Amino acid sequence: MPGVKSKRAFPDFEKPIVEINEKINAVIRKDPSSPELEELNRKRNSIIDDIFSRLTSYQKVQLARHPMRPHTMDYIEGIFDDFVELHGDRKFGDDKAIIGGLASFKGETVMVIGHQKGRTAQENIERNFGMPHPEGYRKGLRLMKLAEKFGFPVITFIDTPGAYPGVKAEERGQSEAIATNLKEMINLRTQMIVIIIGEGGSGGALGIGIGDKILMLENAVYFVCTPEACSAILWRDSSKAEQAADTMRVTAADLKKFGIVDEIVSEPVGGAHWDYEKTFGVLKKRIGYNLGILKRTGKEKLFEKRYNKFRNMGVYEENGRS
Amino acid sequence: MAKKKDIPEGLFERCPKCGFSVYGKELEENLWVCPKCNYYHRLSSDKRLSTIIDENTFREYDRNITAADPLNFIDMMPYKDRIESYRDKTKLTEAIMSGVARIGGIEVCICVLDFTFMGGSMGAVVGEKVCRSIDRAIKLRSPLILISSSGGARMQEGILSLMQMAKTAAAIARLSNESLPYFSIMCDPTSGGVSASFAMIGDINISEPKTLIAFAGPRVIQQTIKQELPPGFQSAEFVLEHGMLDIVIEREDLRSTLIKLLKMFGKTYGKSSKKD
Ligand SMILES: [Zn+2]
Repeated sequence: MPGVKSKRAFPDFEKPIVEINEKINAVIRKDPSSPELEELNRKRNSIIDDIFSRLTSYQKVQLARHPMRPHTMDYIEGIFDDFVELHGDRKFGDDKAIIGGLASFKGETVMVIGHQKGRTAQENIERNFGMPHPEGYRKGLRLMKLAEKFGFPVITFIDTPGAYPGVKAEERGQSEAIATNLKEMINLRTQMIVIIIGEGGSGGALGIGIGDKILMLENAVYFVCTPEACSAILWRDSSKAEQAADTMRVTAADLKKFGIVDEIVSEPVGGAHWDYEKTFGVLKKRIGYNLGILKRTGKEKLFEKRYNKFRNMGVYEENGRS
Repeated sequence: MAKKKDIPEGLFERCPKCGFSVYGKELEENLWVCPKCNYYHRLSSDKRLSTIIDENTFREYDRNITAADPLNFIDMMPYKDRIESYRDKTKLTEAIMSGVARIGGIEVCICVLDFTFMGGSMGAVVGEKVCRSIDRAIKLRSPLILISSSGGARMQEGILSLMQMAKTAAAIARLSNESLPYFSIMCDPTSGGVSASFAMIGDINISEPKTLIAFAGPRVIQQTIKQELPPGFQSAEFVLEHGMLDIVIEREDLRSTLIKLLKMFGKTYGKSSKKD
């Protein structure tokens, strides 16, 4: 894992996994073919099985925010070739909380766009903790339009606590930027795949989150507002975040059930951060599969399906029946 | 006007800003603007409609669409009970009224959000009624007017409420493809998931003086930046100054402005506007 410096980065429930991994690594350092290893690995798997079989929604939130979890740039480097980053919205500036550019996917040119979180304190300041300003959304849209013009598919990676709530963001039209993206992405005449890789934070996630196929990593979360904010607003008590996370139904399984997400992408045992290569390998296959389906679908049918997908979201009663 | 003591209690309304009491009928004639300090009272959906449309021309649609509780959501009280209590309190079915009305004789599809019903929050009912109004506008080839007043997404519907942003924006995109005009009127307050979806993408964005228009509310921003907010921050005037609104107009001139605009867009709607 890159940048793993301190055990403090791990949430409490993960500590037994960290400990057994350290034990395994110590044994490997002494004797890579030690007979002890088989037993230790078995033990490791059973510890992980035990923890993950009773993982709460809020623990999933912690996993989704895990600083060691692969971020957008890691996925780009791990899955695509020849990435050329493109900067700026051509209007105001270059938001480092959203990155994007052209890349090659199995020989085909695609546009990749995603929220970018940092891992160190300094990176996080530079990336604004993955919370975009309006120019980030406008850069995203500019790149999507570029992709549309040349017929490149668009692949977006979602990983943000939310759009940045600040004075400059309001001045430059955070609402307008997100709203315009929602409207334009529905009309974009090319194939679009959205992948929720970590934290799907509200309108800030949705602002680059419209597509033909919505994929979600097994331990990613997606919510209308963070469990912490929800707890403060609805329970008037900021300590109810765990309860809020449960009540709000934020996990990949919940979203699949509600028909928001098309496909859950499985993660390695213990979560994506324990095995980057395996995570990239699985996701690469799923991108390839879904891109294939979208490319075989006629364009008109594709846009009609995209519209209907979003048009039909939401549950209500009509004449007392749902 | 009768002397104050001759009028029964309750017919007077106090201005929340300056405390001045004014006879209800007089306040109504003044379009619920305080005659003393010019404070704009927030309007319920029916009052708001009465300040804009031709008298007795509103035909309500989709009244039978009501909230479900797909998450079985319980915060300090069950979502179902909360909905019930707002229905009792406001006599409304939801945070939106939608239908067809005439403005200056011109038929329009219109929706009004009501802040008194759960802060005008957008859940599946608001989303669906906005979308059906847009479908209706396309079918009737009529202009669309959406009047917002909302704190944002309805958290009790979880991720499904977030998706109403995508859903309503998608429907607006369809209307736009049909080249039918959409006027968005943002009333106090318009924020969060409503401002960041259908409200901000009108062909013409209109608001009233001093209206709060925001993505994130001022309290959230203050907690984040831990600094005083600049004066007038997120007011309609501020938002106009920063280029996100076309028009900020006094309440008494809103209706006449809409009629003017509707006439100027005259060739873009109606049966003869049908695209091939
Ligand atoms: Zn007053």
